[in-house]
Amino acid sequence: MAGFGKAMACRQHVRTRLGTRFMSSSSSSWWQSVEPAPKDPILGVTEAFLADPSPDKVNVGVGAYRDDNGKPVVLQCVREAERRIAGNLNMEYLPMGGSVKMVEETLKLAYGENSEFIKDKRIAAVQSLSGTGACRLFADFQKRFRPDSQIHIPVPTWANHHNIWRDAQVPQRTYHYYHPESKGLDFSALMDDIKNAPNGSFFLLHACAHNPTGVDPSEEQWREISHQFKVKGHFAFFDMAYQGFASGDPDRDAKSIRIFLQDGHHIGISQSYAKNMGLYGQRVGCLSVLCEDEKQAVAVKSQLQQLARPMYSNPPVHGALVVSTILGDPELKKLWLKEVKVMADRIIGMRSALRENLEKLGSPLSWKHITDQIGMFCYSGMTPEQVDRLTKEFHIYMTRNGRISMAGITTGNVGYLANAINEVTSSA
Amino acid sequence: MESSSVFANIVRAPEDPILGVTVAYNKDSSPHKLNLGVGAYRTEEGKPLVLNVVRRAEQMLVNDSSRVKEYLPIVGLADFNKLSAKLIFGADSPAIQENRVTTVQCLSGTGSLRVGAEFLARHYHQLVIYIPNPTWGNHTKIFGLAGLSVKAYRYYDPATRGLDFQGLLEDLGAAPSGSIVLLHACAHNPTGVDPTIEQWEQIRQLMRSKGLLPFFDSAYQGFASGSLDADAGSVRMFVADGGECLAAQSYAKNMGLYGERVGALSMVCKTADVASRVESQLKLVIRPMYSNPPIHGASIVATILKDRDMYNEWTVELKAMADRIISMRQKLFDALSARGTPGDWSHIIKQIGMFTFTGLNTEQVAFMTKEYHIYMTSDGRISMAGLSSRTVPLLADAIHAAVTRVG
Repeated sequence: MAGFGKAMACRQHVRTRLGTRFMSSSSSSWWQSVEPAPKDPILGVTEAFLADPSPDKVNVGVGAYRDDNGKPVVLQCVREAERRIAGNLNMEYLPMGGSVKMVEETLKLAYGENSEFIKDKRIAAVQSLSGTGACRLFADFQKRFRPDSQIHIPVPTWANHHNIWRDAQVPQRTYHYYHPESKGLDFSALMDDIKNAPNGSFFLLHACAHNPTGVDPSEEQWREISHQFKVKGHFAFFDMAYQGFASGDPDRDAKSIRIFLQDGHHIGISQSYAKNMGLYGQRVGCLSVLCEDEKQAVAVKSQLQQLARPMYSNPPVHGALVVSTILGDPELKKLWLKEVKVMADRIIGMRSALRENLEKLGSPLSWKHITDQIGMFCYSGMTPEQVDRLTKEFHIYMTRNGRISMAGITTGNVGYLANAINEVTSSA
Repeated sequence: MESSSVFANIVRAPEDPILGVTVAYNKDSSPHKLNLGVGAYRTEEGKPLVLNVVRRAEQMLVNDSSRVKEYLPIVGLADFNKLSAKLIFGADSPAIQENRVTTVQCLSGTGSLRVGAEFLARHYHQLVIYIPNPTWGNHTKIFGLAGLSVKAYRYYDPATRGLDFQGLLEDLGAAPSGSIVLLHACAHNPTGVDPTIEQWEQIRQLMRSKGLLPFFDSAYQGFASGSLDADAGSVRMFVADGGECLAAQSYAKNMGLYGERVGALSMVCKTADVASRVESQLKLVIRPMYSNPPIHGASIVATILKDRDMYNEWTVELKAMADRIISMRQKLFDALSARGTPGDWSHIIKQIGMFTFTGLNTEQVAFMTKEYHIYMTSDGRISMAGLSSRTVPLLADAIHAAVTRVG
């Protein structure tokens, strides 16, 4: 796919310099030569959607969940948690590493309820600013303590991954992932890239519900990947932004991580509550690094805090309180698990509906990948030109890589969407 | 079989000097212990305070079932940004009216400084920032990590426990043209020593004549004197001359929103076009850092600032906090005078804001911690907000003992 797959070796900051000009005279600005920045490709889609006056418009751009009426959802468990929190607690600074309670509960989700690593205190973990913040903290940490390392990133990936490691000044390599012809996983090329990377390379892996393709390795494939990582001594950093949201079952969605843990890898994990608890704008997440022993975990955590302090000092308390209130109360936790499954099931249902509609329209193309893929996104296989037609002619908004946010599909618009896709993919 | 860790060689980082004080305090089992370390406001009863108007705002938000938790835009909550700019620059500021100000929501003061510093490191031509000596410990780390070279200008005069104004003018006068200069808008942290209005005017003239770029850190607006407008005087003076500057705002102290991490970075530019381009570049700094800022705290601030009654209520509660601190200063000064503690302690009532730079040395500080279980940063900075009428005598006793018994 254009744009995201380019191999990037070392990318430096782009600096704009004023050269010899150094006086801000009464008429000129210090910032005269600042270029307007390109719009963020993902967030720019929603901006364009909001500006469109058409009553038929459909937003399948940004990955935020919508119910079957196309409305954003605040989970009941979240509303209840907020009712309990409001007016009851102070707003003191959290420690630099964030809410201890929230981090404890979050580690259980990723590593397992009874994880020996948690019991043995081997995990260095800090509350982070959602998934972005966790990835950025890790990238900064990688830069500081493994300055000669690079990060291997799948093709394609969430666009912001490239920005994060670039701003952390960690050079990037890419590895094969998506297979355009089959609209599935390019497993043999992926394994080749793992084997050919220098021993001890750092890899970014999507734990489940790969963004943007929705293509995940099978369990057997994960086992092979893990094995090859052992052979090569690679470091696995998992970005898990959709736990529970993919299959409806958090443990199942963490399978890749559990396999790596069983195989003895010392991994890193970025976790986000943006989607699975619907806490998007609260910015709640967690960065964890599994260490050899408690002493090392203490050291690593202290260093992660040193990176957080000059960035934001300590993380926001509200979202963390919501999470720990829910996960710390068995009834609320049960409610949450139920609500996550409802969201996941609705998306799975929309996948079936979209595929059925396309097949009923007599589309000559195969749309099996829509139901093979998993999670928030579907990599439709449409070209940028076809996407542009969808937007211009049908007021359907998505990113130009053909990524459809399934959460934006409803029983009300799936027919319209299928018809539009069929139109633009049937004609020349 | 487990492989060894790629981070096996990592050593434990030293405790943050400021936050580490509270860690040590928490470990102390003495019933008389006193925490004068981190600058968080405490009531007369020694309790943290959530302002009534904040509780009201929060309740309104919770009860509004139409509210959702969607992502904010990268630059944050639009209302919050506009209102924050008005708060610091003044509602009638020509810079705002001319659309020359871009304001982005950031994670409290720290986040605002960091985003501003990152922007400067990418787009400014003179990558050196002058910070006052002394300053908040985190400043050096923030600017250094962003890629700026950090230098100091003279600020505090230990002999007078006041401003070393001559030294300040000399050092800024000698700075290379175009250098960035960090200015504490009011209630200098850690010293509590602020320039007078006349001194600010001289600083402004010097900086503009040398083309030095002002970067204001405003963490105590309203909290220092009790007046929001007065505490923004230095910033508004610079904006009034039509020049450019940066300003980092925090609502941690003045709205008691500490842990919610609410702040804003404003950049005052020459033209609206420049401001717009600058904003687009600020987004590129923010997106790979945390994508978009947290919604809760900013929503509380916007709710309060846009409602006239709530705004007024806030100013009253804010003044009450500032007044309590001012009265603690007076009480401590009186207590030391009553004990005949050697030395001139008038700086306690001359300094302003949350902190007093006592002038105690590290040995004296260590003595006070060990013998009296009083916790402060080793530079002798005490948080007045941590004092109460009940604990002032205890502190006065400890200072008296330290000064008379320790070198």
